[in-house]
Amino acid sequence: MMKNMDNKRIITALLSVVVISALIYLVQRLVAPKYADDIVEGGMVSEYYDEKDKDFDVIFIGDCEVYENFSPVTLWENYGINSYIRGSAEQYIFQSYYMLEDTLRYDKPKVVVFNIQSLQFDESRSEAYNRMTIDGMKWSKAKLGCINASMTDEEHLIEYIFPILRFHSRWNELTPADVEYMFRRKRVTHNGYYMRVDALPAGDMPPVKPLGDYSFGDRAWEYLDKIRTCCEDNDIELLLIKAPSLYPYWYPEWDEQVRDYADMYGLKYINFLDETDVIGIDYNTDTYDGGLHMNLSGAEKCADYIGSVLTGEYGVPDRRGDKALSAIWQGKITAYNDEISLQKEQYGIE
Amino acid sequence: MEELMEILKSLHPDVDFDKEEHLIDDKILDSMDIVRLVTELTDKFDIKIKAKDIIPENFNSAKAIGALIDRINEE
Amino acid sequence: MLFTSYGFIGSVLILFVLYYTIPKRLRPALLLIFSLIIYGMADVRYLIYIGISVVTVWYAALGIEKNNKTIKDYIKQHKTEMSATERKAYKKLKGRKSLLFFLAGLFINLGILAVVKYSGFVVSGIWHILSSGTDGVPKIPDMLVPLGISFYTFQSLGYLIDVYRENIDAEHSLPRYALFITFFPQLVQGPINRYEDLAPTLLTPHDADFNVISRGLQRILWGYFKKLVIADRLLMGVTTLIGDTSLYRGGYVLVMMLFYTLELYADFTGGIDITIGIAETLGISMKENFIRPYLSTSLADYWRRWHISMCSWFRDYVFYPVSTSNASIRLSKWARKHISDSAGGKLPVYLSSFVVWACTGIWHGASLNFLVWGLLNFLVLTISEELSPLYDRFHKRFLFSESFPYHVFMILRTFVLICVLNLFDCFTDVRDTLGLLGSIFTRGSFSSMEKGALLGIGLGVSDYVIAVIALIAVLTVSIIEEKYDSSIRDMIRRRPYVFRFAIWTCLFLATIIFGVYGIGYDSSQFIYNRF
Repeated sequence: MMKNMDNKRIITALLSVVVISALIYLVQRLVAPKYADDIVEGGMVSEYYDEKDKDFDVIFIGDCEVYENFSPVTLWENYGINSYIRGSAEQYIFQSYYMLEDTLRYDKPKVVVFNIQSLQFDESRSEAYNRMTIDGMKWSKAKLGCINASMTDEEHLIEYIFPILRFHSRWNELTPADVEYMFRRKRVTHNGYYMRVDALPAGDMPPVKPLGDYSFGDRAWEYLDKIRTCCEDNDIELLLIKAPSLYPYWYPEWDEQVRDYADMYGLKYINFLDETDVIGIDYNTDTYDGGLHMNLSGAEKCADYIGSVLTGEYGVPDRRGDKALSAIWQGKITAYNDEISLQKEQYGIE
Repeated sequence: MEELMEILKSLHPDVDFDKEEHLIDDKILDSMDIVRLVTELTDKFDIKIKAKDIIPENFNSAKAIGALIDRINEE
Repeated sequence: MLFTSYGFIGSVLILFVLYYTIPKRLRPALLLIFSLIIYGMADVRYLIYIGISVVTVWYAALGIEKNNKTIKDYIKQHKTEMSATERKAYKKLKGRKSLLFFLAGLFINLGILAVVKYSGFVVSGIWHILSSGTDGVPKIPDMLVPLGISFYTFQSLGYLIDVYRENIDAEHSLPRYALFITFFPQLVQGPINRYEDLAPTLLTPHDADFNVISRGLQRILWGYFKKLVIADRLLMGVTTLIGDTSLYRGGYVLVMMLFYTLELYADFTGGIDITIGIAETLGISMKENFIRPYLSTSLADYWRRWHISMCSWFRDYVFYPVSTSNASIRLSKWARKHISDSAGGKLPVYLSSFVVWACTGIWHGASLNFLVWGLLNFLVLTISEELSPLYDRFHKRFLFSESFPYHVFMILRTFVLICVLNLFDCFTDVRDTLGLLGSIFTRGSFSSMEKGALLGIGLGVSDYVIAVIALIAVLTVSIIEEKYDSSIRDMIRRRPYVFRFAIWTCLFLATIIFGVYGIGYDSSQFIYNRF
């Protein structure tokens, strides 16, 4: 009799815990931002995990200068390069490092392409960008490291463990999309590439402000070192690039430091701003926001250019002969083309 | 004791002080009543009631108050 | 150290687990260590202040007790040889040593409190009296004001006075006494606990059964609900309104008073719920500090229900000593002779009330407005006391005064009065407060409030909806508890499990979802924690 009572109590207690946990989980899923229709940049990081075959030969890491400026579909179509962009909005250099660590949990690429624009930031400047990069990551040592490296003063680790503590106040701005995407993701990129087909010619850029000090911060260098050694340890080639964005301004003094670094460690560094003629970038037609980021046409040109480098200098294999992989890509190409026509319609381009 | 009852009655004519045993705990006497009571007792009985004596146990019933007066007189 | 910081909540969780895994006899030690760590984490220098207070009062109390014992032993031994007058004389002579210990403890602790909290106030006050201008008031360097210094100083002094009065025995063990003063939940915003109330459960190892623990957890949850969902939400509006008194006048002042009064309630009673709740989960029982204060029918009633530990402190350690002092007894006698019997009874009461309310005002803050606030309370209380015969006649004559609507009217009337009095908390300059109150009655005072004006003070429509629903919930609970004179938690406990579970789960989720906390809301400092 006594035993029965005890058992009943334990079962009730367990059941209660399960119900409460389930409710909290549901509410948490509901209030967490979905990044489906509005700020799609927040949905990029998690999309990677949905890839069935993560056997990529080239991984891009970095901020908007990678995910808006290179089209993996072009790399596949023109060179048979199987690539993925693990980019996110304002991805800081320490976040790029942990993004690389996270990626290595699934796949060892031949080449990692890193856009060095984020060298200019030593610390996170915005909590919102931290969340957009980190929330999508799956739990691992890499994510924990990324959180600790990124948190601003106002943030707490527990808010990453239980996002409900961060996003609870969204209850009054919930939309149907929050219900629709509670348990599934909406595809927002093409292998990490964020597509835009419209064009806005580059006009006058804000005047260039001279800086007091052009040297990059110690912490930024530390993490570039970490990225480099991580690649060395895993036999991965590291390719440093600067994407052809006209703004924010890329100072020659900065460029020089990166060049020196690349020379010191025998790395290749491509500044796309110097190659615009070779690539054939036309800032009247190849950018959608006046020179900050490439549109589809620009991204395909950049991809074509970097594809020749990857094939020619790094020997990245052409895998178009791989039937299973080709089939996957076929699906991606269809989705890619569908979105092109959709966006053209949306922006009124024939 | 009779004098004490008279003083108490004058404070709260509607209370039966013979029976009440929780004058303080039931908030029948508030702090103002207590002070009035103390000053009157001081006057009538010529005793000195100190602040340390003003604790609920000493004022919860007419009997307790009477006992307090006796104790002070003895000292 | 804030109740709402993740650090605090996390630390308490760890404490809770440790507390129930270690042997019972070690629990008080754990509490002391934990309390010192958590208090020291707010600022290590705080520990020096509280340390001085603990050691001096502990030592003084021991000295008093030892000396008193020597006196008693001597008298006992020489009972037959001494006459009553000799005994008295001996007591008086030797009692001086006790008095010395007592006064030393009193002045050291009041002195520290006075210096850290009131030196600026005193210096600028003297300056204002001596010079005509307001310019060039000498600046006193900002002092470190230890968290909860007013609370723990008063708690220590209450203990010291009780020992001196021989109402309680002194605590011999320094660690045990230290725990009584530093027990962490009470350091944030009180209550001012009495040794005889707290010591039995705090200092002696004991078991806590499941029901007590879950009651404690429920109370903590209720406290967080009041604090996060209501107080911190209204605070956004209060901050805006108080921040710009040139803009927010007239009708806005009504909103300001209402919001501030509700916010103060939710913040302070919520904080006390958390304090008492934490103690309860550790099996420690603390006295109530509030009994549904906003359901009071008069200001006197209110002060028996609001911040009880402070009020009873002033009653026992200021009001009674002053009113039964030789001076006030003489005054009473004189008044009986020269004015009237009733004046003889009332004069000491009013005189000591005046002293108490001046002290209570100053206790709340080192500025003139708090003094004015205290004296206004005194004025209202005295006037209504003087008018009470009139009320009684009125009540006897008109029977409707027994009716329910009249009861509600009295509650509302008292609430409005409290709202007005509370406004004096908000502004250091009393002229500002009076100006704002006056602005309500000026012509066109409401025309400045356009349609939607309430949405311009930092709260959105959804905030108002949540605040109103939450306040209705709190009011309903208060009315139920008032009616049945029992805790709502005990009433819920008698219901079936599913019902209970649903209630507490909903409250938990509501607090998590609708609470104002986290990024974007960093203004959640307890208003009461430096008092």
